[in-house]
Amino acid sequence: MFWLAAFAIQADGAQGPTYGLGRPVTPEEIRRLDISISPSGEGLPPGSGTGERGKAVFAAQCARCHGATGREGPEDVLVGGIGSLASANPQKTVGSYWPYATTLFDYVRRAMPFDRPGVLSADEVYSVVAYVLQLNGIVSASDVVDAETLPKIRMPNRDGFVPDERAVGKKKGG
Amino acid sequence: METSRRLFLRAAAAVSGAIAAACRGGAPQPQPQPSLLGAPVSRYGERAPFEKAARLLSQTTTPEEASSRTPLGEIEGMITPSSLHFERHHAGVPTLDPREHELVIHGLVERPLAFKVSDLRRLPSVSRIYFIECSGNSGPAWLGVASPSAQALHGLTSCSEWTGVPLSVLFEEAGIAPGGEWFVAEGADACRLSRSIPIAKAWDDALVVYAQNGEALRPEQGYPLRLLLPGWEGNANVKWLRRIKVVSEPYMTRDETSKYTDLMPDGRARQFTFLIEAKSTITRPSGGQTLGGPGFYEISGLAWSGLGRIARVEVSTDGGATWAEATLQEPVLPKAHTRFTCPWRWDGREAVLAARCTDETGYVQPTRAQLVAEHGINAAYHYNGIQGWRVQPDGTVVDAVL
Repeated sequence: MFWLAAFAIQADGAQGPTYGLGRPVTPEEIRRLDISISPSGEGLPPGSGTGERGKAVFAAQCARCHGATGREGPEDVLVGGIGSLASANPQKTVGSYWPYATTLFDYVRRAMPFDRPGVLSADEVYSVVAYVLQLNGIVSASDVVDAETLPKIRMPNRDGFVPDERAVGKKKGG
Repeated sequence: METSRRLFLRAAAAVSGAIAAACRGGAPQPQPQPSLLGAPVSRYGERAPFEKAARLLSQTTTPEEASSRTPLGEIEGMITPSSLHFERHHAGVPTLDPREHELVIHGLVERPLAFKVSDLRRLPSVSRIYFIECSGNSGPAWLGVASPSAQALHGLTSCSEWTGVPLSVLFEEAGIAPGGEWFVAEGADACRLSRSIPIAKAWDDALVVYAQNGEALRPEQGYPLRLLLPGWEGNANVKWLRRIKVVSEPYMTRDETSKYTDLMPDGRARQFTFLIEAKSTITRPSGGQTLGGPGFYEISGLAWSGLGRIARVEVSTDGGATWAEATLQEPVLPKAHTRFTCPWRWDGREAVLAARCTDETGYVQPTRAQLVAEHGINAAYHYNGIQGWRVQPDGTVVDAVL
């Protein structure tokens, strides 16, 4: 009982470990595990690519699902649709919809190709990212995409997102 | 006193009648038929072989990147059997050994920590009943397309009792550093699905769960660990949870930019639309079922809200012209499926059944017209409009597309 009381007091003190469970993780372990990439480019690995180099990677790894030019499917269409979002037939592609180029690197590296994610080298990911951006007219074939340049690429729909502001159904005055 | 005397007299009369019958000799003796032994005890139960309720699989060439839907028209009460909980996977169901699996918490924390499942099971636990709904649920209704059944239209919602540790406990163990406003949660599936979540949800009611309906999570629900964000869209409830990185800003992952964002008619899109707003649907009678002629039926359905408890459900049998109060089955819990019922006598003529719910904040489930006026028809996610079932004179039930 006394022990429980003391325990409760300790739990009240903010931000101190209370239970002492869980193993400390070393910076080296975190470097190995942390594949997240922020919109400012934090976490992007060394390496680089161009659309020129990415064309072959795309043909070998991506075209089967996304089409020869990224427009044909059958899976997500990657190219085109810029300016279509307010129309009756909006096309949400990398070029027309995605607000950050860093997301493309992050997603391709963690999740693509669909049946063998993780097989692409950093240079291959940079290259295929550059190629998809090139197909959308966002970079040219010779532009080098790397940890420095990728976060600086301005996507056409960069300002197309707003916070959740749903209104329907809310109580009047609420 | 009078009553027990009467009962005694009746019993005495029955005994003397039986004696008289036995004396007559001709009447058949009560004699049980020979019978076979039943099945022996078993280690893990199975349902009766006559029961066939099953999840409905999406039609696809990539069943690892697909969904399956809960048979809402065939389940009872508020809890979804774990075996029938809807699925939405983006890269298949991984096989994870709970002895090896760890949840690593790092980023803007004072003490990066790795928790084994056995560590989490030692920490203070909570068991709570919450629904999970995929924000893509009921999507065909945006386009006004009829669906064949409640399962096909609304089956991406399910409700379980979840057991685990409040995420706040883990964050206090790790110590959140100044500037830690969001966290990125990552799964151990092949696509390493990741989502950015405001840290306020951790201080509110987020859990890291290891059990569902009294046993370990099902593999398809994230075994051995899943993030549980009560009342928030299913995709953010990251399954096979392996890593949480505390950060200052959202990381703009694919599933919070390209997907799970709600396009508006002006071409902009709402982002971080986590909240599941109040919704209800009649599950019986519902599409694909057939009524066996006029007479009494109990209308039954489910209502839920990501904002809290369901306060009331109204039922209409005339397509929304008039409404009657439904009975809410106890317990009515916040952010959980609530079962409602309403007695109904079918006169055999066409009837359009619909439900409309209100949650404890006063939010009223909107009509499709209200939703479309605000969102257009291309939002793709978060459809929660009032939906109706048309009972036809032959007893068949179809989507009324209100």
